[in-house]
Formats: sequence, C-alpha cells, structure tokens
Amino acid sequence: MADAKFEALLRLGDNALILGHRVSEWCGHAPVLEEDIALANTALDLLGQTNLWLEYAGEVEGKGRSADDLAFLRDAWDFRNVLLVELPNGDFGQTIMRQYLFDQFNLLNLRALTESKDTRIAEIAEKAAKEAAYHVERSRGTVVGLGDGTQESHARMQEALNLLYPYALELFITDEVDDEMAEAGVFPDPKSLEDAYLVAVAATLQEATLDLPEAHFGHRGSGKDGRMHTEHLGHILTQMQWLQRAYPGQTW
Amino acid sequence: MRPSVDQIWDWLGAVPDPEIPVISLVDLGIIRDVGYDGETCVVTVTPTYSGCPATSVINMEIEAALRDHGLERIELKRQLSPAWTTDWLSDAGREKLEKYGIAPPQPAGGPEKCPNCGSAHVEKLSQFGSTPCKAQWRCKDCLEPFDYFKCI
Repeated sequence: MADAKFEALLRLGDNALILGHRVSEWCGHAPVLEEDIALANTALDLLGQTNLWLEYAGEVEGKGRSADDLAFLRDAWDFRNVLLVELPNGDFGQTIMRQYLFDQFNLLNLRALTESKDTRIAEIAEKAAKEAAYHVERSRGTVVGLGDGTQESHARMQEALNLLYPYALELFITDEVDDEMAEAGVFPDPKSLEDAYLVAVAATLQEATLDLPEAHFGHRGSGKDGRMHTEHLGHILTQMQWLQRAYPGQTW
Repeated sequence: MRPSVDQIWDWLGAVPDPEIPVISLVDLGIIRDVGYDGETCVVTVTPTYSGCPATSVINMEIEAALRDHGLERIELKRQLSPAWTTDWLSDAGREKLEKYGIAPPQPAGGPEKCPNCGSAHVEKLSQFGSTPCKAQWRCKDCLEPFDYFKCI
C-alpha cells in the first residue's frame, strides 16, 4: 500500500514537474509578452503543485527524501510522468495543445482526488483544482482561438493534435498501482475519468474546428510506470538537474 | 508576560504583503489562526497559490515582525484546506487595492469598474498578469491598462 501510494504520488508530482519545466522553457521566448507571462505563471502553479505532491511522496516513502531530493537527485528511469508532458514544446500551438490535453485531465483528476480517503491528498487536490480550472479556461480558449483562426494557425493546431492525441490517451491506461489505489479509495481509477475527458475534449475540438485523428490508439503506459521514457526526458534532466549534478549537495 | 492573541493579530495586521504592499497579510486573508501551544506562538498560514513565490518571504516576514515585538518562540504552520479564496480579502483590503490601482476580485469573474476612472467599460487583455494572483485588463474609456485581482 505504501509503495503503491508512493508510486501514485510520484506520477502526480512528476507530471506537474516535467510539464512545469517544459512550459518554463518559454520564458523570454513566447510570441507576445502576455503569453510569456501567462506561460510562466502556469509553470509556477505547476511547480507549486509539484512541491506539494513530492513532499508528501517523500513522507510516504519514509526514507527522509525531500521534494527537492526527488526532483533533483533521480535519473530518468525513476521518473513516473506520462510521455505527453516530456515531449518538446514545438511551436506555440503545439505547446498550447499539449497544455490543454493535460489541463483537462488534471482538472478532472484533481476534482476526483478531492474525494480521496487520504485527507492530505484531498487537501492538496482542493487547492490545485482551483488553479487547474483557471488553466483549462485559458488553454481551452487559446486552442479554440487558434484552431478556429487563420488557415495557418488552424493547420498548425491540427498537426499538433495529430501528434499529441495518441500520447494523451496514456493518461487512461491503468496498471496494478492504479488498481490498488482505486480499491483503497485513495486515487480515482483513471479509466473512470476517460468518458468525461473525451466528451470535454470533443466539445473543445468541435468549437476549434479541429478533427480528432483517425488512429485512436494510445501509447502504452511506459512513462507512468517508468518502463521507458522518450529520449527527451534525459535532455530535460540535464538542464533541470545541472546544478546538483555539477555540484552535488549544493544549496543557497 | 506573553502578548495576547489579539495583540498578535494587530501586529500581523501591520505586516505588508510583499507583492502588494498596500494590503497587509491579515487583509489578504491568509492568516488562518493565531494561538499558543504552551509558550510557543503558533501562526497558521495558507498559501494563495500553491506556486506563489512570495510564500517563503511571507513566512520570513511574519517571523521577523513577531521577533521585533519580542516574541522568541514562534512556529509557522501551513494549512491547505479549506483552500484560500479571494472571498477572504477583507473589505478594508479591497478598498486599499482599488485605491492602489488594482481592481478587487468580483464574484462575476471580472472587474466591476476601472480603478482609475471608475468606468464600467473594461476589457480583458490577458488572463495572467504580473503575479499569479492577477490578470491584465484595460479601461476602454480612459484607456489605462490595470491589474485585476483574479477571483478564485
């Protein structure tokens, strides 16, 4: 039980951490100032959520690891994020599409987590769900604006969707960790969120005049159980963990 | 003799928010509880946003303020639930925000009027502003852009 809970908390924390880091890569590079600020603020919220999840993961594990230890002193094979969040940013449209596909899941998941039998998880989720609701409002609006925009923006958003949608479906692949946590009433069964997710995404895409890609396959759950990540994760970690790798134990 | 809980609330009411210094931490509604555990003064604080970079500065300032008033044994507790909401901004805080040029949060989700000229003709520029708690709006009459304290 403790092991499964630790794993499940890492999944939450690592999704937020890696996506937060990816989004922060836009800082100083976004197409307009307002979007630069918005992306940085989104990243900040995600990193704040990361801190709460990983701090608790460390406590559940019981080996004295802090949120920082978990973020900066693990290597790629110990990360439990889905592949979707570690993919490169691509153009602005691709970043926003990835953000929407994740935000929509994050919101549903966090709302379900407010019912967790673990009160600490329920409390963190209550806080984070408010932020996620705001994130969905923005990423959804931008997906619609760009999808139902110019010929160029429409084409780019469709391309982004074709690339990312199969990755999004990894969010709903379940394994024994999910089963154990769902049975204990600590985490929702990801499958129980799938219908609501697909309905919400379909409505957004319709408004954005975008078509779901025909191939409805989902990438096998290799990121969340750590069996295999894309080659991109290692590159993220070389940036994110550079200081600790170069100067182990360094603080300021 | 240890200072009373009311006294400590008064002292905290004089500690400015580091990002919006016109309002105090008490105005902001993030001080959940003040009490004593034995001889230790316990202040319970809730974060506005989980990633708010001011959180650690806020904790430092609470501690510094109480130490300045002679308290030595201080404990800061974090409380997440119920999650902070902009409803907890005090009325005095709302007024101070508006005078400072930041439109206070409204249940409708957008500012009631321009904090500079009072016009109700306002439009949203961006959902995010200079800090996680603010959005950018603009007045269509006086044409001034202004910050709006997001409603959560």
